[in-house]
Amino acid sequence: MNLVLCLLSTRQFLPAERIRQIVPGYADARGDDAFFRMFERDKNELRELGVPLETGRLSSFDTVDGYRIARQDYELGDIDLEPDEAAAVALAARLWDSPDLAAPAHSALVKLRAAGVEVDEDQGRVQPRVRTTEPAFGPLLAAVRSGRVVMFQHRRGGPGGPLQRRIVEPWGVVSWRGRWYLVGHDRDRNAPRSFRVSRISESVTAIGPAGAVAVPADIDLMAMVRHNVDPPAVSGTARVWVADGRAHGLRRLARVIGPRSHGGRAGDELELDLRSVDTVARWLAGHGPDVVVLAPESLAEAVRGNWAAAAAAHSRTDAPGGAVLGPAGRTRRPDRAGTVR
Amino acid sequence: MSTGGVTERLPRLLSLVPYLLARPGVPVAEVAADFGVTERQLRRDLELLWMCGLPGYGPGDLVDLSFAGDTVTVTHDAGMRRPLRLTTAEATALLVALRTLAEMPGMVDTAAVQRATAKIERAVGDAGHVGVAVDLPHEEAATTAAVREALAAGRALRIVYYTAGRDAVSQRTIDPMRLLVVEGRGYLEAWCRRAEAVRMFRLDRVEEVEELDEPAAPPPDAEPADVSEGLFRPSAEHRSAVLLLEPEARWVAEYYPVDDVVELDDGRARVLLRYADPAWLVRLVLGLGGGARLLEPPELVDAVAARAREALAAATGRHVDEDGTTNGD
Repeated sequence: MNLVLCLLSTRQFLPAERIRQIVPGYADARGDDAFFRMFERDKNELRELGVPLETGRLSSFDTVDGYRIARQDYELGDIDLEPDEAAAVALAARLWDSPDLAAPAHSALVKLRAAGVEVDEDQGRVQPRVRTTEPAFGPLLAAVRSGRVVMFQHRRGGPGGPLQRRIVEPWGVVSWRGRWYLVGHDRDRNAPRSFRVSRISESVTAIGPAGAVAVPADIDLMAMVRHNVDPPAVSGTARVWVADGRAHGLRRLARVIGPRSHGGRAGDELELDLRSVDTVARWLAGHGPDVVVLAPESLAEAVRGNWAAAAAAHSRTDAPGGAVLGPAGRTRRPDRAGTVR
Repeated sequence: MSTGGVTERLPRLLSLVPYLLARPGVPVAEVAADFGVTERQLRRDLELLWMCGLPGYGPGDLVDLSFAGDTVTVTHDAGMRRPLRLTTAEATALLVALRTLAEMPGMVDTAAVQRATAKIERAVGDAGHVGVAVDLPHEEAATTAAVREALAAGRALRIVYYTAGRDAVSQRTIDPMRLLVVEGRGYLEAWCRRAEAVRMFRLDRVEEVEELDEPAAPPPDAEPADVSEGLFRPSAEHRSAVLLLEPEARWVAEYYPVDDVVELDDGRARVLLRYADPAWLVRLVLGLGGGARLLEPPELVDAVAARAREALAAATGRHVDEDGTTNGD
């Protein structure tokens, strides 16, 4: 603290020996080695806190480097927030439900308060939160900040999937719909990639020096993740019959054409956008006899295929008892015609 | 609560003088709360500050404080008039959060957020490449805004709500308690008068919302849920199913709350899935079409098979045998 006050108050560069004489604490150091160790430690600590410590000589008569802190680089600029703006800042600081981001947000708030801004921390009744639970998040964020290359084990395909080693130049971390992704340059594939952070093992190793990662200037991290997770474009329309009072979830995604009966049952005809046939087939098949695909035939086939496979996988005659865990119990996949051979 | 560790204490001490300078006569307890430390720790910080100052360290060089009752005032600042600039990590954490809120019309006053963001950006300067981006839901802006207005006005709401577990739509009268965003989704927590319990309503499943001309009055003992460990909490009403997932249905283990993931041969996995509604589980497994095989409970295994055969029969107009084959092939 005294070192900061001293170096802030000087315009000249103060040599280490001079600092040793005038800043209390250093006088107690026994011998030069002890003093320089203390001084090095303090300088590092100040730099870690973001104190702009300058090294230099003011005139050609100076024989050794000195130190000072430039006040204009040290001091936080003026901030004058209206009450509604201060409330927004308080809400922002509370957004993070993650120690790696909540701690710096809180210390930012402390500095704003020290700059005279009044920030009320009362928990309001609107509480947006962004959480991180993934053990790999902290080390990955640290690597992004320091620009270091990382090596980790990535579980392909999610829980239980095979582990693969990856070496990645991290460009950033992205939260999309509550899920965190690491975006960066995958050195093994020599291409940009994004990885679900929950699929990255905890032991993330930073390799190589800080500042080694060159982030492309025009990179849009969010767009990279969106590109990978967005549903495919609408490729057509499906027409479906739905029984009365059933499949409300499906009705929410569809347009109701009008009442229609099927096989003597009352219901409605719906129309819905077709993106991935497999995804729509999954939604529809879940409703069993309460839905019938009217068109297209490819979708109707896929839905019948799901039913045939589900029937085969769950029939008592198929695989009683423990056989289901062995290769013999493996579910036979139906062909697209919906029959199992 | 922070302790007296040197890496936490020095930044606090650096902020303390300008903080006090801006607030003459502030209660010590308030200072401690703002800095997130105990009052005892804060008093120790103040004692240390008193020993700090400029070379010379005479009466005119040291930081000087005056105490009156439980309040404190800085009378000499030793040149420490402004706080240290935000570090990159601090600026990132705050600005990314603000930019996230700015994308949430309905949930927050985005105009105020944008003004605050601009002012903070100007004060902290260019933070360079940020490396953190967040996208929260913003499709339900109209619903969210209506709910926020009702919360502010303290009014009850009538909503039409889709319950995915039962795959049904119902109308309810509710007393709003708070608006949340958890795990990337917006929720309204409210007292549901029909269920006579606190319920979480997903905003994207609220189909209609109408503010009533009567006050919101959740019972005094209506406790908000603790969401610090996530939204899903296994409870007595949940039952367990055992599923065998083929590689193409592996995503189920990431999408739904599962336990006990056991890796099997050929990239398959066996998982324990919690569910509240048997009909929901049957729909899930039926939809996965053999990609997931239900092992337990046995009665639902039979239910899946029966529904599948019934559906095939209705679709093809033919009887379907127990093993899934249609007669007439």
